[in-house]
Amino acid sequence: MTDARATPSVLGARLEPLAWLLLAALLAQGVALALGSVSIAPDELFQVLTGGGEALHRTLVLELRLPRSLAAFGTGALLALAGALMQVLLRNPLADPYVLGLSGGASVAALAAMLAGLGTALVGGAAFAGALASTLMVFGLAHGTGSWTPTRMLLTGVVMASGWGAVITFLLAVSPVERLPGMLYWLMGDLAYAGSPWPVLAVAAVALAAMVPLGRTLNVLARGGLQAAALGVAVRPLEWTLYLLASLITAVAVTTAGSVGFVGLMVPHMLRLRLGNDQRLILPASLLAGGTLLTLADTLARTLIAPQQLPVGVITALLGVPTFLYLLHRSR
Amino acid sequence: MATPTPTLETRDLVVDVPGRPTGRALALGIAPGQVWGVLGPNGAGKTTLLHTLAGLRPPRSGEVLLEGRALPGWRRGALARRLGVVFQERHDDFPATVRETALIGRHPFLSPWQQEGPEDHARAAAALARLDLSHLAERELATLSGGERQRVSLATVLTQAPAIWLADEPTNHLDLHHQVAVMGLLAEQARRGGAVMMCLHDLNLAARWCSHLLLLYPGGEACWGPAEAMLVPAALERLYGQPLTTAWVDGAPVFVPKR
Repeated sequence: MTDARATPSVLGARLEPLAWLLLAALLAQGVALALGSVSIAPDELFQVLTGGGEALHRTLVLELRLPRSLAAFGTGALLALAGALMQVLLRNPLADPYVLGLSGGASVAALAAMLAGLGTALVGGAAFAGALASTLMVFGLAHGTGSWTPTRMLLTGVVMASGWGAVITFLLAVSPVERLPGMLYWLMGDLAYAGSPWPVLAVAAVALAAMVPLGRTLNVLARGGLQAAALGVAVRPLEWTLYLLASLITAVAVTTAGSVGFVGLMVPHMLRLRLGNDQRLILPASLLAGGTLLTLADTLARTLIAPQQLPVGVITALLGVPTFLYLLHRSR
Repeated sequence: MATPTPTLETRDLVVDVPGRPTGRALALGIAPGQVWGVLGPNGAGKTTLLHTLAGLRPPRSGEVLLEGRALPGWRRGALARRLGVVFQERHDDFPATVRETALIGRHPFLSPWQQEGPEDHARAAAALARLDLSHLAERELATLSGGERQRVSLATVLTQAPAIWLADEPTNHLDLHHQVAVMGLLAEQARRGGAVMMCLHDLNLAARWCSHLLLLYPGGEACWGPAEAMLVPAALERLYGQPLTTAWVDGAPVFVPKR
């Protein structure tokens, strides 16, 4: 029978795409470190990374570009992972980390902090608080007195998001002109003020480690709540865990880089078209591919019209919209 | 011969059908070897009953006992190792192959860190073969016909191999041959010591294959018992509000609706 042989190859089939994605992630880091106002040749870059090279290049690579490229990787990884989790939670392949109004809540709080003239750290803190407040509001309202269903949660989140959208427009309308560019950059996502990359990377690693043992359970949950319950899944606690975890990691991503769009929607969806929907593969693959995509997008954002920088969200959306429409058009 | 001890029992069970004031309290005992058919018109509460028996929704009153213990006292995983459900509705929102879908039947038997092993794959392959699906194993669910998709659902539960099968219209969308094959499969589970309860719309399949019947009337009335005692034309005519003609073929009644 073919089936006895099928087992090891299943695991192998899962590891092979991950190996390629890991290679792509490393190459993207290399590109991000090499490109910029001063381009650095691959052999020089290797010297710098192994402890040699010119002093200027060392400063450029290790102190300026590396923290930013790692922050881009971590943020993209978190957004894609959150997207993959939200899609399973809401049983909707078109859900994204922001669909439940989370980025709206974060944006309102961050813009209000900017309007009040607070510094970068406080803006980040406000964004985090706003994201969690919005999460809890959506959860409380969707829970309500009746039954909790993915559709009800999705509707609550979508309506909440449009509410936040109105408040954002209001805040922009009443803000003094000199604050507007900073606000718009924040709304489109920008890694220029990302700070230390370690929080996002650590959260990404912890979230992945927490989710991998749940992979097969998530596969079953993707078949619907009743089917999952009939196969022994404690559906409600699992959904709460998913919701809180996805919200938390989105909040961390938004706090780091503002609301970068399309990574969370596009990456898991594109991977699913190629790799199927086994969460044991899709979750780590999303993490790697999301990180790679945002690293490259951020490199473009700071080199395309250098010395000026573009908000990275512009790049992800400009790449994302046509790619997504093409894939959607091509699918059934 | 002594009646075998029921594995699945209901005590004063009233299922929670929305908008229905009350209903007859059910005291059912489903024992190994028995094949129960649940008959009733649309909206009589057949699916609700099945979901209640599976512990997927709480009853309005009364309780369901599995192996003598009330359902809320069971962990979901332990329940899933004993009791399988064939659903009428499915949510294929994400891509999945036929083989993957059969294989999720092994989920209750695997720990979080465990991968599906050769034995799990062999069980899934055997279930697919039993339901004539081997040639479709690598196909996407979205490309299947309604009847093929229905057989995949049955293959998932066959892979799960529960002692108790709760099947909601298992012959839905199936052609004549596969209807008979599936009824044969369910009867075989009972012969091997399993217990089966299924909702059916086809009186004649019920008459041919079921050992026991539960008739659910739209107002919440119900009656149940051995099949031969329940297959009374007058009762069935009242059940569906439909006059019937009865014929006898191979010693079993055949019911044909009058025009």
